Amino acid sequence: MSDYTVSLRRYYASYTVGFFLLVLLLAVLERHGMPPRWIGYSFLMLTIFLYATIGILARTASVTEYYVAGRKVPAVFNGMATGADWMSSASFMGLAGALYLSGYQGLAYVMGWTGGYVLVALLLAPYLRRFGEYTIPDFLAARYGGNRARIVGLFATVLASFVYVVAQIYAVGLITSRFVGLQFEASVFVGLAGILVCSFLGGMRAVTWTQVAQYAILIVAYLVPVTILSYQVTGVPLPQLTYGQVLQRVDALEQRIFADPAEIEARRLFRERAESYHERIAALPESLDDEMHRLSERIDEMKNGNAQMRDVMALERERRDLPRTTAEAQGYWQRLMRQAAQRGEEPAHHLTAYPGAGDAVNETARDNFLSLVFCLMVGTAALPHVLIRYYTTPSVGEARSSVFWSLLFILVLYLTAPAYAAFAKYEIYSSVVGSSIAQLPTWISSWGKAGMVSIEDINGDGLLQLAELALNPDVILLATPEIAGLPYVISGLVAAGALAAALSTADGLLLTIASALSHDLYYKVLRPGATTQWRLVVSKSLLLAVAVLAASAAAVKPGTILLMVAWAFSLAGAALFPALILGVFWKRATPSGAVWGMVAGLLVTVYYMLRLHVESIPWLGLEGIGMKPWLGIQSTSAGIWGVAVGFVTIILVSLLGKPPSQATQEFVESVRYP
Amino acid sequence: MKLSVRQREYWKRNLRVTALLLTLWFVVTFVVSYFARELSAVTLFGLPLGFYMGAQGAPLVYLAIIWCYARYMNRLDDEYGVGDGHGES
Repeated sequence: MSDYTVSLRRYYASYTVGFFLLVLLLAVLERHGMPPRWIGYSFLMLTIFLYATIGILARTASVTEYYVAGRKVPAVFNGMATGADWMSSASFMGLAGALYLSGYQGLAYVMGWTGGYVLVALLLAPYLRRFGEYTIPDFLAARYGGNRARIVGLFATVLASFVYVVAQIYAVGLITSRFVGLQFEASVFVGLAGILVCSFLGGMRAVTWTQVAQYAILIVAYLVPVTILSYQVTGVPLPQLTYGQVLQRVDALEQRIFADPAEIEARRLFRERAESYHERIAALPESLDDEMHRLSERIDEMKNGNAQMRDVMALERERRDLPRTTAEAQGYWQRLMRQAAQRGEEPAHHLTAYPGAGDAVNETARDNFLSLVFCLMVGTAALPHVLIRYYTTPSVGEARSSVFWSLLFILVLYLTAPAYAAFAKYEIYSSVVGSSIAQLPTWISSWGKAGMVSIEDINGDGLLQLAELALNPDVILLATPEIAGLPYVISGLVAAGALAAALSTADGLLLTIASALSHDLYYKVLRPGATTQWRLVVSKSLLLAVAVLAASAAAVKPGTILLMVAWAFSLAGAALFPALILGVFWKRATPSGAVWGMVAGLLVTVYYMLRLHVESIPWLGLEGIGMKPWLGIQSTSAGIWGVAVGFVTIILVSLLGKPPSQATQEFVESVRYP
Repeated sequence: MKLSVRQREYWKRNLRVTALLLTLWFVVTFVVSYFARELSAVTLFGLPLGFYMGAQGAPLVYLAIIWCYARYMNRLDDEYGVGDGHGES
């Protein structure tokens, strides 16, 4: 072990201890009456300040340092940095929420995001390291001779990373708005500043060392609350081992709650409501006017009677929110209908795989599960911000070991995520469901203000039924400390961890986008003669521009975190995976084959996502383009079609053309043999 | 470049171990998940086996696969005298 590694270890160990002391200090201060708001501020400000310090200390003007951290990051530290780079807000916040909402089905994310590393380790990392350039389009250009492959690869890189980074910035906005109390839109831009302080100055070098620091914070923040919960509920502070036992209790609670007559009644009422929206949609456009009249009459009636002011205002808001045109009304009511129908559905048991009617296996659920696992794995092995990490190790051997360390550090979080869902579910089922709506815990109202939790007493019995509680999955994790009644300092810690997860991934992604554009597009294609200094200036300005663009996209809340992230994986997998794999393992793959394969894979995926999610694109004059999914596969797994089409296209087009040149064949050999 | 016999042999052994480990990966991932419902009769740590495999079993197998591969390949590099320094796994 070199002196460099030893001093790095000492440095980061003392830093982690320092962070623990800070948490303890804040806990003591809370005891002595420090207001919660200040605890939130301290956590967010201090951690961002810390990242900024590392970012500034590690600033650089050298190209190799800027793009690949000088290729001297030891395997263990590269593993940690990859861990932080990898574990985004989707892993940190979205995963526990998905597992909470859908039980077994949510495990697709756990398997997909860990199993993808097998593909990275066995099929890509060592070969990319042996190649030893800067970006993924670099590899495509070298293998498939020329700028066509580079440009297509570049486009796919930018597109997938951009969708991914939007999700991260959205998460940053969510955390900041809850813990600093700003408007969501404003928080997005405040969070952006936090992202830029690291990546802007020091490139890959600064990002890597900041990410190592962020890994420590995010993993501590993830483990502490659930460990305490495990200790409270079972007496053993090892949540990964105890949650099975807790899930059995959840199972018993489910049996009772699902069969509760009040619960069944509430679900029936939601289904009726969905039915009434359906009728209203069928009766358009008259029904829109009728609805307007009905609401106005009710409001007048209530104003003349002695109704509560609050109820009148609620109705007035409903009238104000009513759409103006028929087309708008259709979309608006369809959304409400889907929401109501969802709440009226019979809930699934947490432990049951592919629940269907009665005891049957739901085939569609199984197909979706398997194809989502596949897409997430393939996406993992194709997302450039992860792959370029393996350019930063000192040797091929270290690249292989580094994948092992990456997965080890990542597993710490993934093996704990199902425990979060289990404990949160246990707390909610055992102490929130069935209690009086007038005396609900404060976390419901504080997250309700952020629009993430809503309750509605549809059967009017004054008690909260499970069907009457709607939770946005993205808040489960942030709210768990409050749900369990832990001190506020733990909530602050979790927020700091979630912020670390989102910031570290956003940094890695922005850097990938910026280097793809500055290195691949500007330097390699447009201006091969550009000076080093000038290339870095271009890269930094692009970074800024892309960041602002992504923040603007995030401010409109395009989907839940997990949905956006799953799209990014499908896009990356479909566009890049076939070309990368065949590039190493099939000498016969030709440049034209690769280019057409990437284009076809990407197009099919985008087409599928668009037609499943968008009804009309007004500015292109397209109407009614929505379609039924093929074989019931959801848009999150759109990549499965793209990957298949990509492989087939590359193979067919390659076989039809002439074999690749001698130079290309030699290139493949040079990547294979040391 | 003309490939020597040793280089071909190195690549063949590399492919063999890759194929073997990928098969294991495929079974653990897709075959086990496909039969998740059938496996639920067995329980492990209080969880049905299908659930346990998805939540902890498969990820741990993945880690083992990567460890085996890194170890095997880094040794192979040594054996063929082509290593360029190692990690510490």
